[in-house]
Order: sequence, then structure tokens, then C-alpha cells
Amino acid sequence: MQISRNVRHVRRNGVAYMALLPMAAIVIFAYLGTMAWSVRLSFSSSRMLPKDDFVGFDQYVELFQTSRWLTSLENFVFIAVFFLSICFVLGMLLAIFIDQNVRAEGLFRTAFLYPYAMSFVVTGLMWQWILNPDLGLQQTMRDLGFSGFVLDWVVDSDTVLYAIVLATVWHGAGLVMALILAGLRGIDMDLWKATRIDGIPAWRVYGFIILPMLRPMIITSLVLLSISIVKMYDLVVAMTNGGPGTASEVPAKFIMDNLFERANIGLATAASTVMLVTVLIIIAPVLYSQYFGKKGASA
Amino acid sequence: MFYKKNLLAQTATVLAAGAGMAQAQEAEVIHWWTSGGESAAISVLADAFEERGGTWVDSAVAGGSAARSAAINRIIGGDPSTAALFNTSQQYHEIIGEGLLNDINDVAMRNDWDNVLPAPIVEAIKVDGKYYAAPVNIHMPLWIWYSMDAMEQAGIDTPPTTMEEFFTALDALEEAGITPLALGGQRWQENLLFSAVMTNVGGRDLWTSVYGEKDEAAINSPEFREVIETFIRLKAYVDDASPGRNWNDATAMLINDSAGFQIMGDWAKGEFKQAEQEVGVDYGCLAGLRPDAPYVLGGDVFVFPATDDPARIEAQNMLVETMTAPDVQVAFNNLKGSIPIRSDVDVAGLDECAALGMEIMSDASRQAPDAAQMMDEYVYGSVQDVVTELWNTDMSVDDAVERFDSALRN
Repeated sequence: MQISRNVRHVRRNGVAYMALLPMAAIVIFAYLGTMAWSVRLSFSSSRMLPKDDFVGFDQYVELFQTSRWLTSLENFVFIAVFFLSICFVLGMLLAIFIDQNVRAEGLFRTAFLYPYAMSFVVTGLMWQWILNPDLGLQQTMRDLGFSGFVLDWVVDSDTVLYAIVLATVWHGAGLVMALILAGLRGIDMDLWKATRIDGIPAWRVYGFIILPMLRPMIITSLVLLSISIVKMYDLVVAMTNGGPGTASEVPAKFIMDNLFERANIGLATAASTVMLVTVLIIIAPVLYSQYFGKKGASA
Repeated sequence: MFYKKNLLAQTATVLAAGAGMAQAQEAEVIHWWTSGGESAAISVLADAFEERGGTWVDSAVAGGSAARSAAINRIIGGDPSTAALFNTSQQYHEIIGEGLLNDINDVAMRNDWDNVLPAPIVEAIKVDGKYYAAPVNIHMPLWIWYSMDAMEQAGIDTPPTTMEEFFTALDALEEAGITPLALGGQRWQENLLFSAVMTNVGGRDLWTSVYGEKDEAAINSPEFREVIETFIRLKAYVDDASPGRNWNDATAMLINDSAGFQIMGDWAKGEFKQAEQEVGVDYGCLAGLRPDAPYVLGGDVFVFPATDDPARIEAQNMLVETMTAPDVQVAFNNLKGSIPIRSDVDVAGLDECAALGMEIMSDASRQAPDAAQMMDEYVYGSVQDVVTELWNTDMSVDDAVERFDSALRN
């Protein structure tokens, strides 16, 4: 009975399965296959050319003795914490602001979302110029007569990460705003009327009623922001190229530099495996609660 | 991964090669010389090759590391180009070890390379007694450039000849309100500065024993500590906006007379020439700050991927002959800003700084290999990481010595 149903199922959907085959092949060979190949290479002594030998965890040991990698990881955590929290809160406030039925809403919406349409390279170059002490805002203000004006974040090792966070927040806040705003617009107006009758202050309505209702939008925006942190490379290259010194190095740049400029495939793949595992550790609980948590709830 | 890249590379070749059908002495050359002066220089090589009856198929890839990756991926994928450009370094030693390059020993022997070429260059291109690469130019990366006007404003009559005089000049520039040292705060430029300090403070012996032999005693010697201390001392003479600046913007500071000195390779000459500045009038060049300052020999070479096809091997040999011929060498290097690889060429056509370089280079005791020729790429990368951290943080001399030690000898 079971088998015949399966056969019928396959027969009925045969064409659909055939159509899906190329996609499945691409996923298996191009994505999972290359991923497995990278992990395999991280256990070899490969330098310029891939090698078949096996050296255990040597590359990982070397990796965690490399001060530039450790700096990259620290910067990664710093950027992740500040970028995620600022970008999220700011995007949310922008969405709430627009949701107050402001005038010229379309104009604001476009203005806030516009940065997201820029590539990271353009964003990086633009902020590099703005913050460059010779060409940017500092020089302009000094030319206007404010001779003590200092804004040199990108050339100071202690502040360069703030400059990067600033540029990424500028780039990403609009996306959060758009997603949250879409969620807010989906909220039934009757709910607002009910809370108003009950005399609940607006901030409590947002904090305890609206926010929990926006859970899918919030998760989506957090996932999108997290992805952009992990793959952050072009913005840093365009804005500081990791400098001054190694003050703004990030893991993706470490991987690219070792892969292409330094002909050090083993170390680069070890670093990318560490990143892969980190990402998996972070998203595994999210995925688990999304797929299994719901099943449990509905049962 | 490599399969995918190779496919891309093949597509690129098909596009680049166009309808070029296989014929005798067709040579496809991968290189990264795409800027104005560079592409003019490489067309000298292409024209000379075509004059000799060959067909030059140009595969330019922008960016050195991208071009080298493309060449290596084509080699691994089994569809190599006829020739590919690399730096005079150890970048191609691993693919020689894997047997993926053809040797060009016949041509080299016929032209007596053992005696015509400077020893460090021979060292870099000869592996296990056979020549594997054709050098085309010599770049000296550690020239000290200065602005004549800035010197005059600071009251400096004669350019410095020792490190102490150099510091005196820097102080004088500082007092005159001129940025003493124009530096682009990027890893490789900071590294050039460090190399210049090392060759001029420590001399050739320290340079080769630290970077070449990676000798523990030399790394922990007082001489090397002095190099690090001198490097740290230079921090005070750089302006605040230095981090991230491009090298040509730093050269522009000399052209505008807003900075005094810059340490940069001989390619900086191109910038001065474009700004219509004249050597000896507007700017000057120093090869070192001591009478026996080593002349570091960097540069570019072409390598020739392995093939059994006799027609292809013939094309490769003809390329080598063409590129290293004396007349081609002079014409090419004049446009490239570098100096010819052989001492038996007519120097009349070279500018003042290049002629000075040729003269110094004729003294074998001053020839020194470039750092990239003395260590693997990944080792050199870690060394540069230490240099850039040393420049941009408050690292102590002890820590720096320790970091250099572990980067070089790990």
C-alpha cells in the first residue's frame, strides 16, 4: 500500500523531479561539493597548489597562532555586535517614524532605503572620502574656519572600527526599516484602537504587542544583516584595506589575501572552515526552532 | 573549485584569442601590464616578437595576483598559455617543483646568462641547475626620491648621504613646515620603508642573513634592533593623513613640494615624468644612504608552462630570445621605468636615475636580492604583517624582534 502510493507519487510528479534535477546537481556539486573540498584542503599542507596529503590540525594550530587572524576575529565580533544592534534599533525607529503617517512618506522611505541600493565598494569609497582628513569633512570644516575640527576616524587605529560600523549602519538600516515597515503595515488597525481604548502608552504597545507580532520580519532582517557581516570584504577593502596596520582586518579578507596574494591555500581553507563552523553554530539553533519548534507547537 | 575557474579562464581565452587559429610561433602571453606606460612597454615586446615572424596573442588580466592566479589555474586545468608574467621571486618555484614549467636552458646557455645576468637574478630563475624564467627588467624598489624645492625651502644644500644626515634633513623639513616623509600607509609601502631602513642601516650582510638565511643570531643582533629602532623613529615624520594613501598620491606630495622625501620603487619616475618634472631640477633620486648601500634587484620575469608540442616550445624559445635581446631590452625598459637585465647594453638612452642604477649594479658586491626572492610568499606575507603592526601600534622593540623571529623561522 505504502509502496504503491510512493510509486504513484513519483509517477505523477516525475516531470517535476526531472526539472529539479539540474538544480539538485548544482547544489550538491557546486555548493556542498566545493565546501567539502575546502574542508578537505584545510587538513592538507597545500600552499600554492592543492595537495593530497594529510597533516591533521596543523593549519588550524598555525591559524590560531597568527596574530592577524586573532585580530580579525576580534574585529568581527566588535563589528557584529555594534552593527547588528545599532542597525536594528535604528531601522526599527525609522520604520516606526514613517508609520506615524508622516507627510512625504514616499520621500523618506526612498531616502532611507537608498543606501542599500549602493554596492559595498561604493559605500566604502564614499565614507573613506568623507572621513579622510585631507579630503573630507575635516578639511572642509577647517577651510570654513573651524580650525580645531577633528574627524579622522579612518586613519586612527583606535577609531577605525567605528568608522566601519558607521558605514555599514548607513548602508543596512534602510533594509531593516523596509522589512519592519512592511510588518507594521500588516498590523490590524483595530488592534491600535483597542489599545487606545485601554489607555496603554504607545511605547508599551510597540514593545509588548507589536514587536512579538513582527517576529518573522525581525528574524529575516537579523539573518540578512548577519550574512552581510560574515561576508564583509569589499567594504573594508574599499574603505581601509584592513588598515591602519591590521586594525580593521576582517576574517573574509584574511581568507582572500591568503588564498590569492600569499599562495597559502591550506591556511585560507582552514580559516574559511572556522568561519563555516561559526556560522553553523549560530544558525543551527535558529533553524532548529524554526522547523522543529513549530512542529511541536502545532501538535 | 579549480574546474570552475578553469572553465572561466578557458572562456576568457577563447574570447581573447578570437579567431586566432593555431599556426607556427603563435604565443599567448598572460600579463598584468594594463596601465598606460605598462601597456606601451609590453607592446614593445609584442612588436619585436611579431617582427621576428611570430604572432602575439595578448591576454591581459588587471592586477598582479589576479593575473598570476589565472595563469596557474590554466596550468592546473591543462590548458596553459605559452608564457605568463611573474615577479622575480619565489612565486613560481612551487610550480617548477611540480614539473609544470618548461626550462629554457638552451636559450640561456646560448646567450651566456651565467655571466651576463646579475647573480641575484640568476639565483631567482635558476632551479636545480636549469633556467626556468626569462627576466625582462630590474626594478629597484627602494629609491629615495626628494623634492628639490622642498629641500631649498628647508635650507638643505646637499642631499643626505648617511642615515644621520637623513634625519637632520627630516628635522629641517619639519621646521620649515613641510611634511618630511611622504608615505602611503598601506602594508606594502610600509614594508618598502622598512626594507629601505634595513638595507641602509644594516647593510647587505644583515639584509641577506635576516631575510635570506633567517639566521637566529642575526635576527636577535643589536644591528637588527637598530633597524627596528630607526624605523620607529621615522614614525614622527609622517603626516596624520598617511594611512591608506596610494603611493602615487604620496609622490604627488613631492611634485607639489608639500613633502620632502619618499621611498618608492623606480616606477615613481613615471609620475614625475607625467607631471613634466625634471630630474636634477625639480626632483632628485638617491640609491642609498651609505656608500655600500645594497642595490636591491626586483623585477619581472616570464615563465613558460610545460608542453610537448614542438611548435609551442619553439615559440617559447623565440619569446625568450626576443625579450632578452639588447635592443629590445633598452626600448622596453625606457618605457617601463626599470633598467635592463644585462650590463652589456647601450646606456645612452637611459635617464639619469636609471644610468646611476646601471652603474651601481655593475658592482657585484652591491647587488642584493629582493626580499621576495629570499622567502616563500606566505612567509613574506607574515613578515609584512609584523612590519605594518610595528608601524601602526606601540609595539616594543623586544616584541618586534620576537615577532620577526617567529614569522621568519616558523
